[in-house]
Amino acid sequence: MHPLLTPISRFGLYLLAWIPLAGILVYLMAVPGRLGWLDATVLIIPLCLIYQFVCLSAWYSCKAAPIQKSTGQRLWLTHVLAAAILSLFWVLLARLLAYGISEFPAFRGLNGRFASQVPVLFGAGFLLYLLSVASHYVILAIEDSNKAEVRVQESSILARDAELKALKAQVNPHFLFNSLNSISALTSLDPAKAREMCILLAEFLRMTLGLGEKTSVPLSEELSLLRRYLAIEKVRFGARLQMEEDMQQVSSAVQLPPLLLQPLVENAITHGIANLPDGGTVRLSGHSHNGRVVLAIENTFDPESTPMRKGGLGLKNVRERLEARYGKEASMRVSAENGKFRVDLAFPADTANTEEAKN
Amino acid sequence: MNMKDANKITALIVDDEDLARLVLRELVQTHPEIAIAAECANGFEAVKAVAEHKPDLIFLDVQMPKLSGFDVLELIGTETAVIFVTAYDQYAMRAFEVHAVDYLLKPIGRERFEAALERAKSRIGEKFPPAPELAAAARPPKQFLDRIVVRDGTRVTLIPVRKLDYAEAQDDYVALASEGKKHLKQQTIASLEACLDPEQFVRVHRSYIVNFEKVVRIEPYGKDSRLAILADGTRLPVSKAGYARLKTLLDQRT
Repeated sequence: MHPLLTPISRFGLYLLAWIPLAGILVYLMAVPGRLGWLDATVLIIPLCLIYQFVCLSAWYSCKAAPIQKSTGQRLWLTHVLAAAILSLFWVLLARLLAYGISEFPAFRGLNGRFASQVPVLFGAGFLLYLLSVASHYVILAIEDSNKAEVRVQESSILARDAELKALKAQVNPHFLFNSLNSISALTSLDPAKAREMCILLAEFLRMTLGLGEKTSVPLSEELSLLRRYLAIEKVRFGARLQMEEDMQQVSSAVQLPPLLLQPLVENAITHGIANLPDGGTVRLSGHSHNGRVVLAIENTFDPESTPMRKGGLGLKNVRERLEARYGKEASMRVSAENGKFRVDLAFPADTANTEEAKN
Repeated sequence: MNMKDANKITALIVDDEDLARLVLRELVQTHPEIAIAAECANGFEAVKAVAEHKPDLIFLDVQMPKLSGFDVLELIGTETAVIFVTAYDQYAMRAFEVHAVDYLLKPIGRERFEAALERAKSRIGEKFPPAPELAAAARPPKQFLDRIVVRDGTRVTLIPVRKLDYAEAQDDYVALASEGKKHLKQQTIASLEACLDPEQFVRVHRSYIVNFEKVVRIEPYGKDSRLAILADGTRLPVSKAGYARLKTLLDQRT
């Protein structure tokens, strides 16, 4: 489809550009050509209306002869020939029109007076067509560069997706070995508890494995993963880890990228609770507001402890994933005040399964 | 062999997780020749317990709140045999290998435990390599200290490096100046320099490392040397090479 015909607003702009051109032509015919303003206007306006469509045809010859792939000779030959033929056709049309208009009493003799202006009109038609060719090449170049940009963006999104997929499939080895150590301790102390912990760990691992291919999960699924994660850490940290959850005010069907919250909760444990000899609280909360979901993960932390080491990376990943999914629709705020570290995420509340919509 | 306690080896178990201590306790208790002097849930307790019990052997967890296992090692000197315990830490494991320090991986298996214990027993009473080097080797590349641990008697102080004004070499010690106080630590100035971010700390002199942020101006002093004036008015000598390093850092920053 011709790029100037759609959308309609673009075609309007194109027509607007023709108004000064038509104006100049009218002037040329009226003053130096001595046709008189009325005669020139009546003759030129319909001619321009027709010729602006004719000029659009330059698109096809420009596409057929791309500027990078054609020799200069061929370019000139193609377009000059086209310009000459189309302009000739235009002049013939003009003569016919002039002849027709002359039939009206008010325009008697227009035909004769116009005859001397035929070369001027031919020249104008020739140049207008070439102008159109030049503009079309510009349009083609812009389209090419836009396409290239989109390709670059797409490939960078794909690369990031792959990276994130690899990341989310990865279970922190530290977590895994510490959990196994807890189980090993429980086998003699409390065999039933040891078995329960095995189950929890197995369920957690199974869930993270299954998430590899998904692009989004309902909040309920992410939460049940987090509850298992926290239950496992609770065995390890005992009374040092307190948990609070306030997710009543947000629909559990809300969709979000899988394992979006998990790294935040993991940070809350490894950089928060684990650094506190007396432990602290991890609090998950959420609410919906104006079609947006707002989720918060808050944990006690030691302001004097070493600043987030790997936490920085985890936060960056969450931010990137939110951006990749929702663009400017999502926001993430990180704060650390009064011994509380808090991450707030806000993104559009989407309960439809976006994965299905995509496929 | 330890002579002070009826030929028994005294041991300390240090881990912030109850269950992890339990596993070690069970393993140690199968050895009647070892007496558990104390169990500690954090590094501060450990430093105190070492001063109190002078144990022969410590099972020391690496990841602990406030004071890590490496910090504890720095603070207790080089007289005690240490078996490090960690779940997973690639850099630490490499450091243990390089410095031939015994270590156990969680979950701890009996065979591995016995082997480490045998090795540690045979080395009790030896002098062990200085801790700062081990700690430095265990840090991931490009990761610098964010605080320095010092001990005065049984009191442990953590000095965040941004609050460190300068360090001065004093024989086998470094004096660390922070917030108007000076803390002594047994460490060479070169090994301290290696642990500090070179974009923040400059060795301005054979005996001095200065925090770049605290320098307000440089004054000429004598023929070839200069003085660095700190925010609190302290004047530190700057050698010719030290001045060149300061200038390089200044150029990088501007």
